[in-house]
This record gives sequence, structure tokens and C-alpha cells, in this order.
Amino acid sequence: MTFVRSAPEPVLPPPPRGRDPAASSTFGSAANIVTTLVIAFFAERSLPHFLAWAFTNGVWRGDAADCRDAGACWIFLHEKAPFILFGIYPEAERWRPLLVVSVLIGLTLWTMPHRHWTRATLLTWVVGIAGSLLAMAGGVAGLTPVPPSAWGGLPVTLLLTVLSLALGFPLGLGLALARRSRLPLGRWLATGTVEILRGVPVLTLLFIAAVMAPLLLPDGMRVETFVRALVVFTLVSAAYLSEVLRGGLQGVPRAQMESAQALGLRRREVLLIVVLPQAIRKVLPPLASTIIVVIKNTSLVMVVGLFDLVSAGRVVLNDPAWPMPYAETYLMIALVYFAVCHGVARYALHQERVLGEGGR
Amino acid sequence: MTILDIAGVHKWYGDYHALRNVSLRVDAGERVVICGPSGSGKSTLIRCVNGLAAHDAGEIVVAGETVSDDPAALRRIRTRVGMVFQDFNLFPHLTVLQNCVLAPMRVSGLSAGKARDMALALLDSVRIAEQADKFPGQLSGGQQQRAAIARALCMQPEIMLFDEPTSALDAEMVKEVLDIMKALARAGMTMLCVTHEMAFAREVADRIVFMDEGQILEVADAQTFFTDPGHPRTRVFLDKISL
Ligand SMILES: Nc1ncnc2c1ncn2[C@@H]1O[C@H](COP(=O)(O)OP(=O)(O)OP(=O)(O)O)[C@@H](O)[C@H]1O
Ligand SMILES: [Mg+2]
Repeated sequence: MTFVRSAPEPVLPPPPRGRDPAASSTFGSAANIVTTLVIAFFAERSLPHFLAWAFTNGVWRGDAADCRDAGACWIFLHEKAPFILFGIYPEAERWRPLLVVSVLIGLTLWTMPHRHWTRATLLTWVVGIAGSLLAMAGGVAGLTPVPPSAWGGLPVTLLLTVLSLALGFPLGLGLALARRSRLPLGRWLATGTVEILRGVPVLTLLFIAAVMAPLLLPDGMRVETFVRALVVFTLVSAAYLSEVLRGGLQGVPRAQMESAQALGLRRREVLLIVVLPQAIRKVLPPLASTIIVVIKNTSLVMVVGLFDLVSAGRVVLNDPAWPMPYAETYLMIALVYFAVCHGVARYALHQERVLGEGGR
Repeated sequence: MTILDIAGVHKWYGDYHALRNVSLRVDAGERVVICGPSGSGKSTLIRCVNGLAAHDAGEIVVAGETVSDDPAALRRIRTRVGMVFQDFNLFPHLTVLQNCVLAPMRVSGLSAGKARDMALALLDSVRIAEQADKFPGQLSGGQQQRAAIARALCMQPEIMLFDEPTSALDAEMVKEVLDIMKALARAGMTMLCVTHEMAFAREVADRIVFMDEGQILEVADAQTFFTDPGHPRTRVFLDKISL
């Protein structure tokens, strides 16, 4: 039997699209209704308490005495914020850590758009970090020397994060490549290093670095606690980043490498221009998680006597003149961490979208 | 003038003898088509020419340069030998134009402006200039393969290697790629081309090489190859593919 169309099929609008997803996920199924009710119940119970504590009874002006038997003691934060942010760094010199924090944040923001991913930006980072360390340490250009044991607060957190990621990334890439190499020795060494660093708690590694380093180093040689902690964080970041990167490298087809080689590109160019960007694009979500873990891990330096954001917060709480406003202080610190980590997460999401434009 | 001299080449994958004493000379400007059944070593042979696969014995000389495992020599050879793959292998994270200017800038040291002008001219010659700023994933298979040809041509190679450039394409896109390859042949490019497109071979090839089980069984001009093949297995092969 043959068929020849005589009249064209009409072009129709699509059928109606079901319910609005927000409404249906709130009330859609029985399970969703229960979840919504439970959340509403607790919100209804606790939100008024929180609002009363934070606002109605919150102390926004006055002095320490006003905070007795009151709600949130915000004036405490107002008074202590500089200490929480900059720690025991000499008060007269606080412009130096402030400058360092501004430079690090400014550089980070500047680096975000793709068009700024240039050699010049990389160089600016190197200069910026070296300059930051000099500005913190002093002893040059007429700046009063301040030893790393007296650094504190946000600059310590940021410097540890930036340095351990910046140094850990190439190291991690090296470990990932070594694990994929044809040489068994390189493979074993890299695997062993990664497994040891991942298998031991960071806290333990920090203690080992603090206790063991003096035993291992030659007599009379002393390494600042800051540097020891930095070494630990760098190694740990490298171990975690290497596993993430290894996953990404495995996902890039061999043919990509071969077609790059066939064009005459050098091994380094094949890796950095062709393979690595594709590998990173494949592992952006775990990469962002790893970076966030590294950021939060820096708060562990407290145990070896370094003065990061969290340790500074604990110190100000010891001021006997104030009624120990724990919640307010930790809320502020949590907000700082959240702002940074959330920024990383959002940026990673944005990159997924931008880099996803290429399709495939 | 001989531009490619393959002499007594052997290659093994483990114990498997993939190339068995293969010898072939290609003159500048010559178009050679390689055909043969699957697994006969066609890809292996052309991958040995630019060192993507390393041969174990014999000698391959490309434009006076011997293929060895010396990275610098390999790079020199690869700048003079363009290669087009079955699966295009464009870099998915770079635009078509960026794909094209990458090697000219990095390897040949061209300025960004010069590389761009040349790339746009070549993209125009393969008729996808208007796709220059798109990513490979946004193009059809035929467009991707033409972009890949343009990318290889941007290195101004003296020889072009093709490994089944139309095998991954839908029927309607095969022609647009073959048309580009024919134009390239007319322009005098030296071509070494693995393909099952016999009509293309008949029209373009100066010589046709028939391979089976890692050996060259027959080399003949297109006319002789199709009308009066010498080796019995060539006849079997031709019968099979022409049904
Ligand atoms: N990397 C490799 N490792 C081991 N064996 C290989 C490898 N590459 C190819 N071979 C084997 O060598 C033989 C020749 O392969 P080659 O890819 O050169 O064949 P071909 O003629 O290109 O086939 P096709 O038409 O299917 O592409 C095949 O038997 C194949 O299985
Ligand atoms: Mg093949």
C-alpha cells in the first residue's frame, strides 16, 4: 500500500506544561508536604527567638554593661572586629594587614574573568604575594619587623589558603602525572605520597610538623611555625588536588593529545593548552569542593599556635570585661568563611556554564 | 622528487606483527590512496609517518628528515606533515579560529594577526569562515572535519595525511569533505589518504596502495587498480566493497 500526503499536518502549540516546579516541590507529594510542615514548624518556633535575640533585644550601642542580660551583643563585635580580623598584629601597624587583605581580595576579583587569564596576571600574583609577605614581615623599607608568630586573623587565613593552593596545584598536577606515568618508580612514589597525605588527619600532620621538624632539621636551624604549617597545607592540598586532576586527565581522550602532537606542539604545550583545560572542565564540581576544604582546613593552625581568624575569635572571647558573646563572635567568623567559600562555589558554577558553551 | 620514503618498515604491537616490511615512496605533488580491509595496518602506517606510532625497524624519511624518537626532529617533521583524523579531534574548549591559530603561533612563531589572517583565509577556502568563532561542538560533523582540514593546512604542510576522513560522517556530509579534498589535490598538495571512498580514489589518486595483514599487496595506478587488479586478494576486496 502506498501513501501520499494530500493535506499538510497543522502546526500546533505545545500542550500546557504541568505545575510550576516551585509550587509542586513544596506541596507536590505527601512526603513533600510533610517536609514542608516540619520545616515550617521549626521556623515558626525558632525564628521569633532569633529575631528577638538579634534585633529586639540586640545591643547596638552603649558599652559592655549594656550587654548583661540582653540579646545579641553587637557592640562587642564592633569593638573587637579589628582584633578578630588582624589578631595580635601591632595596632599601630594594622594598615599593613589591611593592605595585604585588600591586595589579595583585589587580585582574586581581578583574575576572575577569562580575559584576565594572562601571563601578566600570573606575574602580578607572584609580585602581589611576595609583596604581601614582605609587608606583613616588615624589616624592609623602614617597616617595623613583625615575626609571623605575631601575625593574625584574616591575612593569615588568606595567605595560607592562597599559598597552599598556588603551590599545591602544580605539585598536585605533578603527582597526578607521575601516577599516570610509564615509570613504575614514579607511579609508586606518587601513589604512596598521596595515600599517606590523604590517610592521615591534617591535625596529626600539623603536630608532626610542629614536633618532628625540630628533630629532623640540623641544629640551630629554626623554621617559623607559619612556614611549617604552610608546608603541611601545601602537601595536603597537593594530594587532594592530584586525585581530582587525575580523574579529569583520565577523562580526556588520547586522541586529543595525539592531534595536538601532530600539529607539532611541545609536550608542555599539549598538557597546558589542550589537555589540562579539558581535564579541569570535567572536574569543576569536585575541584571547587577540594578548594573549599583547603580553605576551611586552615582554621586548624590554631593547634600549633598560629593566629588565624578562628583563634583570634577565641582570644577576644576571653576578655573578662565582656559577657562572652560566643554566638555573635562565631556568627561573624562563620559569615567570613561562608562569604569566601560561597564565592568559590558560585564562581565554579559560573565557570561550568561558561566553559560548557563549547558543548560536547 | 621523493618527499616521503618509507623503506623496509616493521612494527609490532606486543607480539602482533602490525607492519611487515612496508616500503613506499611518494613524490612531491603525488596523491596516494591506501585501502584495505579493517585491521590491515593502514592507520598504523600513516601514524608512523609523523611519529604518532613508533616503527621498530626500517627507515622513514620525510622531506629529508629521518623519523626517530628525538623530540626536536619529530616536531620539525610534524610541522611539515598535516594530519586529519577520522574523528576530527578538534579541541572542544577552543573556538574554530583558536584551533586554527594555536599551532601557527606556538610552533611556527607567527604573530597573532598573521595567524588569524591565514586561518580566516583557509577557513574561507573550506567554506566555513562564518563559523570561525563557534566551538566545535556547535558544528555539524562535516563542518568539523572541514575545520580540522583547515587547522592542518594552517601549518602550511608539505604533505597531508588523511585517516578515513569521511568514515564518521553521515552520507550527506561526505561529499562536502571530499570536495575540499579534491580541491586540495587539484592545488597540487601531496596527499597520503586512507579511505574507502573508491569513487574519490578513482578520480583523484595517482596511485592506489592495497594493504592486507600488515603488508602492501599491490601498488597500481587507479585505472589498473580498478580494471585489472594484479593480486587475487585485491580482487576479493574490490568485489566486496562494490557489492
Ligand atoms: N595501540 C595498539 N595496540 C595494540 N594493537 C593495535 C594498536 N593499534 C592497532 N593495533 C592492531 O594493529 C592492527 C592494525 O591496526 P590499524 O588500526 O593500523 O588497522 P587499519 O587498517 O587502520 O584498520 P581500520 O580500517 O579498522 O581502521 C589491528 O589488528 C589492530 O588491532
Ligand atoms: Mg584505521
